[in-house]
Amino acid sequence: MIGLFSYLVFFACIVLILGVMTLGLNLQWGYTGLFNAGVVGFYAIGAYAHAILVTAPQPSLIGNFGLPWIVGIAGAMATSALAAWIIGLATIRLRGDYLAIATFGIATTIQLVTLNWDSLTGGAQGLPAIPRPLSTWFGSPLGFNLFYLGLLIAVVGLVYWALERILRSPWGRVLKAIREDETAAIALGKSAQSFRLQAFVLGSTLMGLAGALYVSFIGFVSPFDFLPILTFQIWAMLIVGGSGNNRGALLGALAIWGIWAASGVLIAKLVPPAYAAQGGAIQVILIGLLLVTSLLFRPRGLIGEVPVVSRHADD
Amino acid sequence: MLAQSLADGILTGAIIALGAIGVSFGLQILKFANFAHSELLTWGAYLALVFVAFAGPGTPTAELSFGWQMMAAMLLAAVLTGGLAWLVDLLVFRRLRRTGAHPMSLVFAAFGAALIMRHVIVLIWGHGTHFYTRELQIAIEVLPGVRMLPDQIFILGLTIVIVVCLHLYLTYSRTGMAMRAMAESPSLARACGIEVESVIRWTWILSGGLAAMAGVFLGLTPQLHPEMGFSLLLALFAASILGGTGSLAGAVVGGLLVGLAENLSVYFIGSGYKTAMPFLVLLLVLFFRPQGLFGEKS
Repeated sequence: MIGLFSYLVFFACIVLILGVMTLGLNLQWGYTGLFNAGVVGFYAIGAYAHAILVTAPQPSLIGNFGLPWIVGIAGAMATSALAAWIIGLATIRLRGDYLAIATFGIATTIQLVTLNWDSLTGGAQGLPAIPRPLSTWFGSPLGFNLFYLGLLIAVVGLVYWALERILRSPWGRVLKAIREDETAAIALGKSAQSFRLQAFVLGSTLMGLAGALYVSFIGFVSPFDFLPILTFQIWAMLIVGGSGNNRGALLGALAIWGIWAASGVLIAKLVPPAYAAQGGAIQVILIGLLLVTSLLFRPRGLIGEVPVVSRHADD
Repeated sequence: MLAQSLADGILTGAIIALGAIGVSFGLQILKFANFAHSELLTWGAYLALVFVAFAGPGTPTAELSFGWQMMAAMLLAAVLTGGLAWLVDLLVFRRLRRTGAHPMSLVFAAFGAALIMRHVIVLIWGHGTHFYTRELQIAIEVLPGVRMLPDQIFILGLTIVIVVCLHLYLTYSRTGMAMRAMAESPSLARACGIEVESVIRWTWILSGGLAAMAGVFLGLTPQLHPEMGFSLLLALFAASILGGTGSLAGAVVGGLLVGLAENLSVYFIGSGYKTAMPFLVLLLVLFFRPQGLFGEKS
């Protein structure tokens, strides 16, 4: 029973971390119509920035400042925001698929940097022994995981509340206006470029936050945590859950990761170890099928966008 | 050394060009960035492997490491992959077009299709590498300081033949003309009595066939693995956008430039970043000349 319980706690933590990323993507795509296909790149920047800031100094590495946890989190968000701002300045004027291709390339490049810049990122070996917040207070791993789950619930709650507030503000309405009809928004005197850039930076900052939360939970970071497939999984979460709806984004993270984890357990039980690669393939195929069938049969997602009509519409 | 890098770059570039033609067709005629296109390369390579497993690669002919059976396998794989591309369109993309979904839904569906296609390969053939033939080859000195394998020379020659045939097809055949008309303006093409669905079908079949040949060439130099296509995806996009999506020549020149950039980058930024090179090229193009080298300003 304890085994199952601690697994569920671990699972919930991962879902919440992925949920933060999906919320960031929802701000970019669901509300603003920005096609970011490099989600994993910003996640990686946040993860490495945090790891480099908080890990205890080592002679062989440049970074590793041994700073407090909260500084690492703030630094991770600031670094991914800065990266998104620079990348955004160069790419935000691209439309649709071209932005997707460019951001996909950025994520590939970021992964190459994490793999090759050994003196900063530890190269293929990654950075081990990343301190976990207050971990000395807890005697057992389960105790720490429970604490971290509470922390994550608070963080996700805060992010969700803040997003709901700003998206219902005039600023959020401008984003939707740009998504629906950019020319009309410009005609109303809104600078579409500047709003798009703001949404891109803010969404990417959340992805960076998710990266920092992930490494300070796992205590280890390596380039192989940031493979392109993660981007596609996050997209599947948003599409299946319901793009344009923050609750949909969170539900999608739960649904997709739930199916991913459950199918993993099932395959481990049914498939002999010699065919582990094939078992893993089935897991990915399942996600692909979910994404495609969701697009075909339920394009809104599980809980899609709620239509908003101005209260002056009847006048 | 430099001459050798140039030669290697041209060879990589020729393979990228064959794949990039399909991506260009996707961007122009089907009007979406097909992230699943790279999986057609992989499928082409593995389908040829099935035939080679039955018939063998053939006795080495002339200096080549394979015989006519390999060529037959390639043609068969091209036809089957064309069919596969059409099947994916029937099952997924055509339905989305009909429901009038958001244009970007096609790209999301391509993400899904790519995941499925790539991992069905893993399911059938596993993660490991495969070879068409274990025949050893000795490089020939084609120019002073430039060595190439006979297979590589053969691939280059065959690529040129394929591109010339495709050029003639697009210029003179009815379907080719209809495809170009669709690229210009789908609504005008429809108004002229062009059957849009049939053009789209032939576009998929042609893209799939070309991708399969690129895949077989990749597999010949020297091996097959499930990520072989996916790892080229960025290069394919870079090549087709660099050339300007307006023309066949654009995709070919784009492919060659990306191949050269990749192989020459070793001199500037080290081999670890070689695969980021197409992306740098792409960023520069998108920034300074978004219509591509050969595209016209809209």
